[in-house]
Amino acid sequence: MTGRYAIRFAALGYIGGLLLAPLSYVFYKTFRHGFWPAWHAVTTPDALHALKVTLILAGIAVPANTIFGVMAALAIVRYRFPGAGVFNAVVDLPLALSPVVVGLALLLLYGRGGWLGGHGVAFALPGMVLATIFVSLPFVVREVVPVLREIGTEQEQAASTLGANAWQTFWRVTWPAIRWATAYGVVLTTARALGEFGAVSVISGRLAGQTESLTLYVQDRYQSFDEVGAYASAVVLALIAVTTLLLMTALKPKEETR
Amino acid sequence: MAARAEALPAPKARRWAAPGLVVGLSTLYLSVIVLLPLAALAWHAHGWDAIATRQAVAALELTLTVSLVVALVNAFAGTAIAWALVRDRFVGQNFLNALVDLPFALPTIVAGLVLLTLYRDLAFTRWAILVALLFVTFPFVVRTVQPVLLELDTEMEDAAVSLGASSFATFRRVILPNVLPAILSGVALAFARAIGEFGAVVLISGNLPFKTEVLSVYIFGRIESGDPGGAAAASVAILGISFAVLLAIGGLRRLATRHDR
Amino acid sequence: MRRISLTLLIALAFPALAAGAARDTKLALVAYSTPKDAYGQLIPAFQKTAAGKDISFSQSYGASTEQSRAVAAGLNADIVAFSLAPDITSLVQKKLVPQNWNKDKFKGMVTRSVVVFVVRDGNPKKIKTWADLVKPGVQVVTPNPVTSGGARWNIMAAYGGMLRAGKTPKQAQTYLAQLWKHVVAAPASAREGLQTFLAGRGDVFLAYENEAIFAQQHNQPVQFLVPKATILIENPIAVTSTSQHKAQARAFINFLRTKPAQRIFAQNGYRPIVKGVTQGLSFPTRPQLFTIKYVGGWPVVEKKFFDPRNGVMTKIIGSSGG
Repeated sequence: MTGRYAIRFAALGYIGGLLLAPLSYVFYKTFRHGFWPAWHAVTTPDALHALKVTLILAGIAVPANTIFGVMAALAIVRYRFPGAGVFNAVVDLPLALSPVVVGLALLLLYGRGGWLGGHGVAFALPGMVLATIFVSLPFVVREVVPVLREIGTEQEQAASTLGANAWQTFWRVTWPAIRWATAYGVVLTTARALGEFGAVSVISGRLAGQTESLTLYVQDRYQSFDEVGAYASAVVLALIAVTTLLLMTALKPKEETR
Repeated sequence: MAARAEALPAPKARRWAAPGLVVGLSTLYLSVIVLLPLAALAWHAHGWDAIATRQAVAALELTLTVSLVVALVNAFAGTAIAWALVRDRFVGQNFLNALVDLPFALPTIVAGLVLLTLYRDLAFTRWAILVALLFVTFPFVVRTVQPVLLELDTEMEDAAVSLGASSFATFRRVILPNVLPAILSGVALAFARAIGEFGAVVLISGNLPFKTEVLSVYIFGRIESGDPGGAAAASVAILGISFAVLLAIGGLRRLATRHDR
Repeated sequence: MRRISLTLLIALAFPALAAGAARDTKLALVAYSTPKDAYGQLIPAFQKTAAGKDISFSQSYGASTEQSRAVAAGLNADIVAFSLAPDITSLVQKKLVPQNWNKDKFKGMVTRSVVVFVVRDGNPKKIKTWADLVKPGVQVVTPNPVTSGGARWNIMAAYGGMLRAGKTPKQAQTYLAQLWKHVVAAPASAREGLQTFLAGRGDVFLAYENEAIFAQQHNQPVQFLVPKATILIENPIAVTSTSQHKAQARAFINFLRTKPAQRIFAQNGYRPIVKGVTQGLSFPTRPQLFTIKYVGGWPVVEKKFFDPRNGVMTKIIGSSGG
């Protein structure tokens, strides 16, 4: 089947050119002076604190957006409510805003003189959490919606007729079908939350050693011409993203392996 | 299992609480997280002549054009890659699968720096913008199509093949209708991201007005020169356009699956 | 038994903690990004003095105008230190910095620098003066004056350079338009500008001397020259109106103007504002050096050149399209 090989070749070529080269370059820049300089760069107190902040941000944003994502997908696909189309389009809007504008909007809302200003949201961790949730919001929704549409409602209706309540139907019928989509959604959400820079930078106030996430730390290293520090921190972020993917893949039950 | 029945009204008695709760909670979340900040932005938007300048229009044209191209390329490439990762078997497959999300997890400065060094000859041209955007939107279509392909029942494909259909016909008539919603979902994400991208593009594009200045950089310039009202206005304008495009993509999806009803 | 000793421990610790808390004043420093290393040395030095003994700092560094906006939006600050005076005057307008912030002996400044040309190894295109920048084929890289407040120093250096060379204001404005035509990349910040130049773009990069020196100190292959006519960059510092520790904040600023502190600034590439601290360091004096006053002062310059709608530079950039 030459079709198969053609697709494989084209796909691999595209990945190779667009993905592998840049990623290899990042690793090269990180480890060109050896492993230990890179290790030292990411284990400084500032770096470790920044890692902690990033993990907190992702640790809140990802579960929140996952629960929202599944609920929103159900709302859009299963429960036809007035405004579902608008709701669906609004979900993607956070992406269309450039991060600087996201930061601006959050400052306008939570900063001095804003409608919700003066409550310790801006220039502190809560603001950074909100910014992270904002920018990583769409992914679980977008993953789950197509699959929900794909599987149809037959089985859910059958379960309902057999006497299952809403929660049982969801947990035993719907969830197994959308589990994979949710997992990929979690992976994307995590990756986005880890890599977020612009909006978090603006709302964080950039307090050294306090409100610096790992991406802000990368920026700081870059400003100081500390190449190894910047790239090594980027590698840490990449590793966390890959770990998330591996975790999600490991949760796959054995009988589904194809 | 027929995969295409649409939702019939839910039996009323047992389910009355669930839809209301789910819709209500998710709308509340969306409002607080997304709509409130957007409302604050729209409230402070003034100086709408900021979007009427020739420079703004040029930035808008460039951004929209490149984003549409990026969305299109992703539609094809992303589907092919998802196919290769799900339906194929080759050495290094799991490794490549793990790489897919990385452009996303990397801070955009790093992405920008790396692309600047690797694609030095392309740098400061419009092609550089295209490459940078393809890089950061890479995971979208791949990751939305993968789960659908994984859930897809192969019964129909096997039936089609056994009836003598060519693999292309099988793809077009059996598989494509089922993955098209997912592709469109991913395309919507890619388009939205491409429009809003700043960090990965700002370094490699050179930011020359009328030539390589994208809208996010123009808006950033408005903020920096003390015109946040104009920046907000331009942002609201681009949000409006994105919203319209996203609604259209949603409409496309309904059109594409119309025959299922 | 364990519970009793824990209570005892806490009871003993409490006075110590309380005393510590009473002693330790925390000052919030909000600054632009380049002097981060310098303040990293200055703060400990200050804490070794009598005035700084019980003072701790929180520090925030970022792009100058962004930091100014953050303070305006509520970022807590006792001391603000920015790249150019307009970033402080915008806070004065919002009543966050007192109106008399620059009424001291140093006019509110704490460090100085100059605009320089960063060139390729050996300066093959022999770029020495502002007029050389618009010779045919010369490609210029400069931080974007719209997105980088600091880049306005570059534009005013060019404008003033033309005035020094005998041109009329009108001719100098025409020069700016010509200069913009030679700009092949306008990165969003100074640091990105250097990155772009080092990545191979352009024949000359308009930079600030302290940043060029900083890059050299970090092993970047940077060669620069100070043009004969260039602008004196002056970086302001002020105590905020909202500060709860004005006396200590003032003490810190006074310290920054002492000889030992200025020596630290000089070692980090800044031109000091006091004499006698530059032994062993090279800060060439240029004959046609001028200040922002020479070209009108910031309030006038901001309006005339950089007004978001009608500024001269805004119009030049806004009409540079085909």
